[in-house]
Amino acid sequence: MPEITIRKRPQAEAVITQRKFFRKTARGKVIKVLRERYLRTDVSCGVQHCSACSQLDHFSEGSSTSAELPQFGDKSHSSYPDGHFVLPDTNIFLAQMDLLESSLFRAPIIVLQTVMEEIRHRSLPLFNRLKSLIHGDEKKIWVFYNEFRSETAVVREEEETPNDRNDRGIRKATSWYNEHIQTHCRATTSTRSKSRSSPPAPTVVLITNDVANRRKAEKEKTPCSSLRRYIEGAKDATQLMDLLAATGVDEDDEGKEDREIQPTEAEAARKEVYEEHLPASILLAGIKAKTLHQGHFNANQYNYLESTVSVPAFQKPVLIIGRMNMNRAVQGDMVCIEVFPESEWRAPGDEVVERDATLKDDDAGDEEDEEGEEMEDDVIERERRKSRLEAKQEEERLKRQQERQPTGRVIGIIKRNWRPVVCHIDPITLPPALASGTSTSRGLTPLLAIPASPLLPRIRIRTRQAPSLIGQKLLVAIDTWPINKRNPEGHLVRRLGAVGDKDTEQESLMLEFGVVYAPFGKRVMECLPEEDDKWVVPPKPRPDHGDVDVKAKTIWRDREDLRDMIICSIDPPGCQDIDDALHARHLPNGNIEAGVHIADVSNFVLPDTPMDTEAASRGTTVYLVDKRVDMLPALLGTNLCSLRPHVERLAFSAIWELTPDADIVNVRFTKSVIASKAAFTYEEAQIRKDDPHLQDELTTGIRLLNSLAIKLKAKRMAAGALNLASPEVKIHLDSAESSDPIDVEQKELRETNSLVEEFMLLANVSVAQKIQETFPQTAVLRRHMPPPKGNFEKLQDILMKRKGLSLDVSSSGSLAASLDLCLDPSEPAFNTLVRIMATRCMLSAEYFCSGSVSRDTFGHYGLASPIYTHFTSPIRRYADVLAHRQLAAAIGYTTLHPSLHSAQNVDRILDVVNRRHRMAQMASRASVEFYVGLALKQRGEAPDEAGVQEEAFVIRTFRNGVGVFVNKLGIEGIVMFKRDATNFDADNYTISIPDSRGTGNVDIGVFDKVTVRIEVEKDKNTQRGKVKMTLVRPVDSSAL
Amino acid sequence: MGSRVEILNEGGFRSDGRRQYELREVTIDLSQQGQADGAAVITHGLTRVMVSVFGPREAKSRSQTIHDRANINVEVAISPFSAGERRKRSRGDKRILEMAATIKSTFEPVVQTTLYPRSQIDVFVQVLQQDGGLLQGCINATTLALVNAGIPLLDFVCAVSGGVYSTSPMLDLTLLEENDLPNLTVAVMPKTGKSTLVTMETRLHVDRFEEIFKLVCSASHALHQEMKDAVRVRTTSLVTAMGTTQSNVGGDTMMDES
Repeated sequence: MPEITIRKRPQAEAVITQRKFFRKTARGKVIKVLRERYLRTDVSCGVQHCSACSQLDHFSEGSSTSAELPQFGDKSHSSYPDGHFVLPDTNIFLAQMDLLESSLFRAPIIVLQTVMEEIRHRSLPLFNRLKSLIHGDEKKIWVFYNEFRSETAVVREEEETPNDRNDRGIRKATSWYNEHIQTHCRATTSTRSKSRSSPPAPTVVLITNDVANRRKAEKEKTPCSSLRRYIEGAKDATQLMDLLAATGVDEDDEGKEDREIQPTEAEAARKEVYEEHLPASILLAGIKAKTLHQGHFNANQYNYLESTVSVPAFQKPVLIIGRMNMNRAVQGDMVCIEVFPESEWRAPGDEVVERDATLKDDDAGDEEDEEGEEMEDDVIERERRKSRLEAKQEEERLKRQQERQPTGRVIGIIKRNWRPVVCHIDPITLPPALASGTSTSRGLTPLLAIPASPLLPRIRIRTRQAPSLIGQKLLVAIDTWPINKRNPEGHLVRRLGAVGDKDTEQESLMLEFGVVYAPFGKRVMECLPEEDDKWVVPPKPRPDHGDVDVKAKTIWRDREDLRDMIICSIDPPGCQDIDDALHARHLPNGNIEAGVHIADVSNFVLPDTPMDTEAASRGTTVYLVDKRVDMLPALLGTNLCSLRPHVERLAFSAIWELTPDADIVNVRFTKSVIASKAAFTYEEAQIRKDDPHLQDELTTGIRLLNSLAIKLKAKRMAAGALNLASPEVKIHLDSAESSDPIDVEQKELRETNSLVEEFMLLANVSVAQKIQETFPQTAVLRRHMPPPKGNFEKLQDILMKRKGLSLDVSSSGSLAASLDLCLDPSEPAFNTLVRIMATRCMLSAEYFCSGSVSRDTFGHYGLASPIYTHFTSPIRRYADVLAHRQLAAAIGYTTLHPSLHSAQNVDRILDVVNRRHRMAQMASRASVEFYVGLALKQRGEAPDEAGVQEEAFVIRTFRNGVGVFVNKLGIEGIVMFKRDATNFDADNYTISIPDSRGTGNVDIGVFDKVTVRIEVEKDKNTQRGKVKMTLVRPVDSSAL
Repeated sequence: MGSRVEILNEGGFRSDGRRQYELREVTIDLSQQGQADGAAVITHGLTRVMVSVFGPREAKSRSQTIHDRANINVEVAISPFSAGERRKRSRGDKRILEMAATIKSTFEPVVQTTLYPRSQIDVFVQVLQQDGGLLQGCINATTLALVNAGIPLLDFVCAVSGGVYSTSPMLDLTLLEENDLPNLTVAVMPKTGKSTLVTMETRLHVDRFEEIFKLVCSASHALHQEMKDAVRVRTTSLVTAMGTTQSNVGGDTMMDES
């Protein structure tokens, strides 16, 4: 039992220990709030071997930070040879987090509570980043609770703003630290030994970019520095310099102060490119009054001058046309828009406008005011050209009245969604001196970084290392988008490596989709069983035996012994994390017993451990073409939990009794110990099943499972489940080492694939029912909302006009039926194509907590199941781990961990998992695309061929091009034409282009089969989606 | 509101600088209050409760008379200025009546009522300031006032509140914490370890209950010590004022017994 004490609060010091403030409620009442503050002397300073604080350690058992600051700080900085710690103020964290996160920034950091709280109020994402930085192993960071330490607590004085008060608190803490280190943290050994003069103590340096604050600190004799000046003296100064964010740097050194004013004035005088955003209060009032609308900003990937915002007030998304109307919004931002009167509504553009192609020449020093004058004309000229382009589009839009969509403009940003983006630098944009590599200028060069994603604007960065950045993939963060700059400003976070290099591309891909790929930390690894890979299931304790192995007993408690069952696993080839195994056998009463055995991950991953937290934040294992980013450490995923053959493993089993017609008689769930008898690939299992000579138990088991699976599937289909398609291809890798792709082929689906799938679905549905029954408030479930009718309109129209087919979307069953009828006898792949297009009209499935949504929205549209969850892959999905825990509690195996009792908490976890899941999907898709690109490149380089030619379907038509889908490779591309040469019929989705002899026109419409030549442009930056396609048949478009 | 304040931060501090198992400052004033036979003012942090005890005295009406024991009559009043928001509560307010009934039933098994048949003990509880832990303050103050009035008790009654933030239990909640956390108040007779009151108005998971309950029980021992000391100091000063030598012994023995 912990020691219980009563804190004393000296009444005489009530000024400091009590806080009084007034709060206004929503109703306008003023409430007086009185709060206490208990000041203490046992708040540790965190410096190792501190004579005053080291014995306080036992107090901090509740605290999670144990990484103490090194006794002498960091001695590598030139200005502080005696060692130092840095103590940044709030604005440094808010603006320069990238710098602090960099591994080059080595000084130990002290974070004050005042700073932490300010960050928490200002920006939660940054706060979370700071938190993970504190928890991480690589940095030495100490959180000092200065507000609770009696010496450093400050009270707001009269006439003092909260900001000033905080600054004062930070200064006070800094000077306290210096004094404290002076007296308590010297090397005690050396003082005792012969030399009286102990080595000088390290300094704590206040880092702030606020000039006034620095002046005050200097007056108080507190060591302080601006970030820029600090970095200049640090090791690796040049690299660190680039990480400085654009914001907040400007108000930097005092010497510059006077000069500073002028550029700002000059800037203000310059023509403002964009309109000012409206203040938040007006936006919120407008949204409340329904005159303004709020939604996420979605850039159009085909046309950088167009974007949409979906708002609840309109059925169709609101169209935003042109840069001025987009007004500095970036993909994913939460924006506030104003919708124009209906007379000004426009139709969406029907033309491809590529950011990179159109803007190719307006780069480099663009908008760089220093040498601006003579360029001004240029800019204007270009601007004029661009506005002509916009005007031209304008005409077209007005013509197509019937397709008009609500149109509006962005008038304010509610929340930015800026995360670091992967970019590269186009050498063309470099000033000539730099491009030729002759200049060794160390000055700041402005560059335009081009994001890999076509949805984002180009970002202006300043760097001293310009020449070395060419041909590199860079991670760039956006800092601000000033009103007078065409492009946002940002800074370099990190370089990832050479463009085109596989590792670089892989990494940039993971960064782009926020995949956490750092190796697991020490604390996570400590959660693994001590025996490491020697861990085995302990022998079953016999009841009659007296000797009790406690461990064996706890593991075998309430576990069924299924080691003699004929269980096998069926997985894709090369699968290492086997999380499911199956069995089936006849029962004496004529029924069939079928079992699904899932790796018992929850036995190893216990709630509230660092491993659990890590897994929850990773959410899912990400599969890239030649890399797997694990959710759980490999020891668990591929060994201890993996249900490998001939080894005893812990499992969570769902065992059904089914009638021969595959009706469920009953189901039970139990923790178990199994020993899989074989691990098949889909192909092996298929061959085994089809071989009539084999009559062993394993084979008959598979046949039995297969027969049940066929019936289960039939039932599911009858209930209206959809059979959807997504382009899935398989990449053949050359060998394990080089991992050069040699070929791409479409994935083959066998009967056994569907066998495993059916039983997994069955298990998931059964588990979902069970946990929903037991925990109606907090069960972890998965649902797929039915798509809004409007989503299908376009596809229905295309199908009707082009093929005379209709699609009934009234329910999933009718959709499934009508999809089956979408056949083109001459074209077997047509059906798949329609399915792919239909899939794109649907919403994506999501995890949810049963208590947070209404009961009638639980259903899974695609599977036509009233309830569903994920249970069968706990090694690679975190939601499954939660489902395991809930199921274990539901069968009374364990009690439910309190964190799973609160719907709020479950919601929070699932939000993360949902996001991660989505990101992981996109990452693996992008990875496949990249490899397809590589493979194509290799094929195209073969001397005898002029590029790769493949058959493709047209899936979209634009005024100046067609979107095609290459079935065999699973990739999409755009074929562009010079628009004047074509004749576009938007109503019938056709475009007619002159044939090569110039004698007549050829019509091409959606669903037409064409042949395209696919080339990968070599110097073209990303290689992903940068595949260039040209038509070969029916018309060779290379001349167009 | 909840997102604005961290109930328990990562350094293990609560929003007011206490750690999980620390109680707020307790001050006890046992000086004479007007006509009352015994009075006590107790503060737990910013919660302040005054209790005046009258009696045992003759019951006011026949209906309140119990033939074989004394009747405990508890009346609670909450000052309108006690909370941040000024609010007048009538005496018939349901919450106030409930609190009075709770206090009454907490003390009925502790006060040796059988010694005073057909009489009445009046307990007037006046809440002066509130910042969480109202009930615990009322009960502790009542104990002290009864002791001060010289009414024989079987034992002290010490009440402490406790709650749980995610999985970490904490003691003596402030108003801010009380609003956010599931919490309970337990009144314990420290000598026997028996509890005379366990009350909970929020939902708390069964698995958590035992842990918190035990913690709160042991916290009451710390509080008991504090209350005992206060009574001892008060009695000693009274005894010195009376100037007798004998009572010095008497005061101490009384203390040791309680």
